[in-house]
This record gives sequence, C-alpha cells and structure tokens, in this order.
Amino acid sequence: MRIFFSKGTTVVMSQTKGAFAKADPLSGENAVTAHKISKSYGDVEALKNLTLEFPRGQLTSLLGPSGCGKTTLLKIIAGLLDPTSGEVKVNGKTVTGPGPDRAFVFQDFALLPWASVIRNVAFGLELRGMAKSEREAIAAKYIRDVGLAGFEKSYPHELSGGMRQRVGLARALAVDAQVLLMDEPFSAVDEQTRRKFQEDLLSLVQNENKTFIFVTHSIEEAVYVSDQIAILLPRPSRVHEIIRPGGFREKGVDNIRRDPEYLDIVDEIWASLRSYVE
Amino acid sequence: MKVYGYHLPAMSSLILWGILWEIVGRSGLTFFIPPFSEVIGTLFVIIGTPAFIKALSETAYAFFAGVFFAVSIGIPVGILMGKNRLIDELLLPWVNMFLSAPLTALVPVLMVLFGFGMKSIIITTTLFAIWIIILNARAGVRQIDRSMVEMARSFGAKPLDAFFKIYFWAALPEILGGVRIGVIRGVKGVIIGQLLISIVGFGALFELYSTNFLMKHFWAVLIVLFAMAFALSEVLAYLERRVAYYAAKR
Amino acid sequence: MYLKLLSAVIVFGAWEIAGRIPVSYAFPTFIESMVALAQMTFDGTLFTAYGETLRPLIIGVAISAFIGIAMGLWIGLSNWFDWLFSPIFIVMQAAPLAALIPLLVMAYGIGLTSKVFVICIMAMPVIVLNTASAVRNTPSSIKEMARSFMGSDLEILLKIIIPAASPVIFSGLRLGVSAGFIGAILAELKITPTGVGDIITFSRSIADYPSMYAAIFSIILLAVLFLNLLERLENLLFEGNNRGYVSD
Ligand SMILES: Nc1ncnc2c1ncn2[C@@H]1O[C@H](COP(=O)(O)OP(=O)(O)OP(=O)(O)O)[C@@H](O)[C@H]1O
Ligand SMILES: [Mg+2]
Repeated sequence: MRIFFSKGTTVVMSQTKGAFAKADPLSGENAVTAHKISKSYGDVEALKNLTLEFPRGQLTSLLGPSGCGKTTLLKIIAGLLDPTSGEVKVNGKTVTGPGPDRAFVFQDFALLPWASVIRNVAFGLELRGMAKSEREAIAAKYIRDVGLAGFEKSYPHELSGGMRQRVGLARALAVDAQVLLMDEPFSAVDEQTRRKFQEDLLSLVQNENKTFIFVTHSIEEAVYVSDQIAILLPRPSRVHEIIRPGGFREKGVDNIRRDPEYLDIVDEIWASLRSYVE
Repeated sequence: MKVYGYHLPAMSSLILWGILWEIVGRSGLTFFIPPFSEVIGTLFVIIGTPAFIKALSETAYAFFAGVFFAVSIGIPVGILMGKNRLIDELLLPWVNMFLSAPLTALVPVLMVLFGFGMKSIIITTTLFAIWIIILNARAGVRQIDRSMVEMARSFGAKPLDAFFKIYFWAALPEILGGVRIGVIRGVKGVIIGQLLISIVGFGALFELYSTNFLMKHFWAVLIVLFAMAFALSEVLAYLERRVAYYAAKR
Repeated sequence: MYLKLLSAVIVFGAWEIAGRIPVSYAFPTFIESMVALAQMTFDGTLFTAYGETLRPLIIGVAISAFIGIAMGLWIGLSNWFDWLFSPIFIVMQAAPLAALIPLLVMAYGIGLTSKVFVICIMAMPVIVLNTASAVRNTPSSIKEMARSFMGSDLEILLKIIIPAASPVIFSGLRLGVSAGFIGAILAELKITPTGVGDIITFSRSIADYPSMYAAIFSIILLAVLFLNLLERLENLLFEGNNRGYVSD
C-alpha cells in the first residue's frame, strides 16, 4: 500500500521523471486536451478560443488573476458546464458530462454537513451504486491515507479547515479517477497546513499515475507543485504562456524554495501578471 | 423566469391566475366564484360607497392605533431587554410565549373586559404585532458591537445620548425588520378581531355580504384588502432596504 | 432558572391581585381560574374538548405539511413553477386570510371541512415558502459535487437537496403548526363552537369567567408547550447540520 499524506513522508522526485518532463514534455500522451474552448455567460466572455493540453501523469496549474476563467475552464473539463463552443477530450473521448474518469476537489470542500466523515468520503462511490460495506472499506483506507484515522465517525463541523479538505481529497481519491481536478483546494486552509498539503501533493503526483489539474492564485504554490504552469490572462481569456519548471525538482522539497531557478520563475511570472492586477 | 429569452416580471403570473379566475367564473362552475371582470367592476362601484369608506376608515383607525401602541411600547421594551439582563430574564419567557401562542384565544377575554367595540380590536392588533417587534429590537441591541458603545463612552456620551445616538441607530435594521413583520401580523390581527367581534369595519361588511350572498361584493372587498395588505408589506420591505442599507456591511 | 420562576410568580401574583381588587367583574383571580382548570381536567371535560379541537388541527396540519412541502419542493426546483405559484403564496403570507372564513362557511358549511380549510390556508403559505427558499438556498457547491460524481437528478434531490433543506423545512412546519393553532381556535370561535372554543363561548355566556380563563390558559399553554417541544426536537435532529459549511 502506498502511503501519502501521512506525516513525515519526505518527497524526493525521481530523476527519471523530472528529466523526462523537462526534455520531452509533449511526447507523453495527453490525458486531457481542451480545444478552442469558448464560454460566455450572457454578455461576459469568460473564455475565448482557449487551447491547452494536459500531459498524463503530470500536474498542470492554471494560474491567473481573479475572474480570468480558471474555475470556468475546470468545470468545463469536469463536465459541470457546457462550453459555448470547442471541445474537451479526456483520453481521446469528448466530454459531454461528468464521468468516472474525473474527480473534483472543491475549494469550499463541499462536504455534506449531515454526513459523517466516512459517508462523505464514500459518497462518490455511493453515487456509483457500490454496496455499503465495500465502499466503506475503500473509504476507510483513504481516510487512513490522508491521516484522518480515528475521525471516521466525526462530522464536518467537528473538523478543522485542513481536516475538512483532507476529507474532500479522500473523497476524490476514493473513486480512483485518472484525472483530479482541483479548484484552489488549499485556499481555505492555514499557511502551515497549506505547505504540508503542497508537499503531500508532490508525493501524490509522484506516486500515483494520475493527471492533476490544479487551479491556484498563488504564484509560489504553482511553481512549487507544477510540472507545467498555464498562465491565463483575462478579457478575452487566453493562455498567455506555458512554463515548465523542472530543473529544481531533483533537489528535494526542502531546497526548492531556496533554489535560484525557482525564484527566477516566480519573479518572471509576477512580471507578466503584474500589469493585470492593477 | 424567462420565456424565449424574454424576462417575465416576478408577479406577472397573477395575470394568468386572473384569467383563469375569469374562465372559471364564466363557466358558471360554482356560485361562489363570479367572473373576475365582474368582481373588478363591483369593486369600482363599492369603493366609493359610504359603507365601504366607513369600514375602511374604522379598520385603518383600529390598525394604526394598534400598530402605534405596538411600536411605541415594543421598541423601548425590546431595547431595554437587550441592555438589561435582569429585565431580559424576567420578560423573555413571556415574550417568547406570546409570540407563538394562539392569540385568537385571547380575543374573548378582551371582549368581556373591554367591550365589543373598537378598544378590543385595537388591543387585538397590538397583541398580534408587539411581540415580534420586542424580540427584534432586543436582538438588534444585542448584536451591537461593544466597541461602538465603548467608543461613545470614551467620547463622554451620557446614557440618554448613548440610547438615542447609538443603540437606536445601531439596532435600526433589526428594529425595522421587526416592525415590518409586526405590521403584517397587525393586519391579520385587526381582521381577526373584526371577524370575531364583527360589528365594526370589514368584519361587519363581510358579515353583511356573506349573509346576503353578495359574492361579487365579497370578493371585491377581499381583493382590496389583500392588495392593501400586500402593498403595505412590500412598501415596508422597500423602506427597510433603503433605511437599513448599512445592515449588511456591519 | 430562579429568575424564570420569579417572573412567573410576579405575573401570576399580579393576576391574583388584579382579580381580587377586582379590576373588572369579568376578571377572576389566578387561583379561581386554576381551580376551574383542575376541575375541568378531573371531570374530563377538558379531554373531550381537546379531542374535538385537535382533530381538525391535526388533519389540517397534516394536509398542509404534505401539500405544502411538495409544492415548496417543486417551486424551489422549477423556475417555471416558481413563477406560476410563488406570487400566490407570497400574497397569502401577507394577506389577512381570516377574511375568507365567511366564504368558506358558505361554501362548505359549518362542519369539519370548513375548519380544516381554515387551518390549511393559515398553515400552508409559510410551509410552502420556507420549503421553496430552503431548496433554492441549497449550497450549489454540494450539488455540483454530487453532479461531478455523476449523481442523477433524483439522487441529488434525495441525498443532497432534501437533507440540506430539512432544517428550514422543519422550522417552516413549526411555524405552520403555530399558525394552525391560531386557525383552529379562530374556526371554533367563529364557525361553530366546539371543543375548547365551546368551553370558552359557553362559559362566557353563563358568566362563568374562571372556566373561560382556564380554558384559554390551557390552550395557550398547550400550544406553547407543543411548539417548544418541536423546537427542541428540531435542535436535536439538526444539530450541527447548518454548521460545517465553509462559511462558519
Ligand atoms: N454563473 C455565472 N454567471 C455569469 N458570469 C459568470 C458566472 N460564473 C463566472 N462568471 C464570469 O466569468 C468570468 C470567469 O469566472 P471564473 O469563476 O471562471 O473565474 P476564476 O478565474 O475562477 O476567478 P477566481 O480566481 O476569482 O476564482 C468572471 O468574469 C465571472 O464574472
Ligand atoms: Mg475560481
């Protein structure tokens, strides 16, 4: 059994994967492709002709100023929203609605307040019609993996923000989808928990052969966790730039934040976003 | 609600219901529902008659007097309860009790104590309206930021000054909310009072029309009454939003 | 707790004193009223009376709850239904519906049907409106969550919307019961004196004021106790249900 999100796991990125990502990023098949996506809400054009590819097994961040359409893009990929035009393909199949190949992690956790932790974690499986004993066994495993063992019978209001988000993550992991869609999953937790989550996320990307699409506001967070960063700019929303940090990955979690390349990329991104924030 | 991209205003379905009423009325399905158009016609006829004006003025008098007492007693009592723990503990159980009590049961008592006239109706109205006003004023005072009161004290405000300059304004959004609900309850109270005591106002009019089977008249008065009650509650809701604009931003 | 007791002593004491002065020939003392209440309780009059009073109340509240919740769910789920029906209930909520009683009596006579109707029109609007707004206010993120895990519409209704809305629906029911009590007594006083309304009307007519006050005291007490019980139940059932959304 793999262990992630358990305390004290040190993450060391494997040489091969880091190098592979750097050298030949597009040769690996793309798990998700968004092709010429446009989406308007009435008069508001949230996305216009956006094309973006998400390599399999990697974490792609969507970074950009507030209101540029990150959530919209993520929900279109999830099948929760229909694009006005364009199409999304997951593993070559066009998305027409939510599917078992994708799981969503919500910014506000979206836990059922009347359900215990175990029922919340098993809820995705419950909706898939899995028998109770079976799904609770799976849920229990993921609850342990995210470090919440002992809280199975607790209710969301008895948990801290960080613990609630662990429940949300466990729920998404429990359905064993290939693509994990995360909309600012760490924005409602405190800074220490957030850093821990970031480290855990790195090990998750490393250990699981899953594709992660990760929305964030934080430049540092994006550079820290991503294999690929797509910088979106608003009105009309488009992909401004794709950045692939990678060189500093081999140095281990403890050193990334001191790495000159890491700092350079952070500065570079800030320079290109700066004018849009005012 | 949108139809073919065209936005239908919120209460516009009432027109549809009016048409349905007309159809049912014309079909002669039941004696109790005359066509809507005829009811409206009757409405314009009776609206100027002395009987109607008398009923309206009597009702308005009882209503405004009742609400006046409810407001002028209710708000200070509520503020006092919010400020003073002892008074609060003594009164709160009773306020809560009367808020949910079936007040209709008290009307017979009022009748034997205050007679079959206006006085009983006014008191009924007050009884229906006052409890929620007290409770909301109390809640309004209790949510006031302590730092605001301390600010006033630090600038040397006297207790009475603090009462009018701080407590009243800071609790105003809740107070207005309470007054709005209280007024709606007061409308119900005045009509229930008139129905049970039934020799004044609309109560008498309803009695007259129903014993004489004047359906059109009955419905016409009902429509006027409902429309006025609804308009009143909407106006109050509007005022509340205008005056208490700062409520959400505290 | 002591203060509550003290406050009861003050109020009942004032009642006793006012009755002894007496402020009015029709104002019995507290003790006289309680004696009358005890008498009515022990000779069983009160129980027969409540049997009669509670029958239309229970039927009316049950009908209102059933239809009201169904309507409310539908209004909350469908824009079209909302447009069509909401205005009616909004007007009903603001309007003095008691005015319909003479009409109901004409149409349905002075029997049980009219009384049940009175209770329904009083109790239903608040149930419908509460249910509808609870359904509309279901946090959209948990609905989306269920949808992203491929929950069907029915599953979303049963597993997300109804549980999320049930605290507000329940408090709507409680308000409906409260309005139902008002309607039940109004019906007994206005339509035909039966049950508790009969005791009140009859003892007034023979100037047996202690019995009249006792009957009124008992029905208010009953209503308040019952509603308090419902509120307790509500807190017990939905404890923590409203917390745990991200906003807390
Ligand atoms: N349901 C909606 N109706 C109308 N406009 C919407 C809706 N949802 C989003 N928008 C608009 O679409 C644009 C993109 O919204 P979106 O939520 O995708 O932005 P975002 O990048 O996720 O922002 P944030 O970083 O603040 O979460 C915004 O300008 C917003 O005003
Ligand atoms: Mg967003």
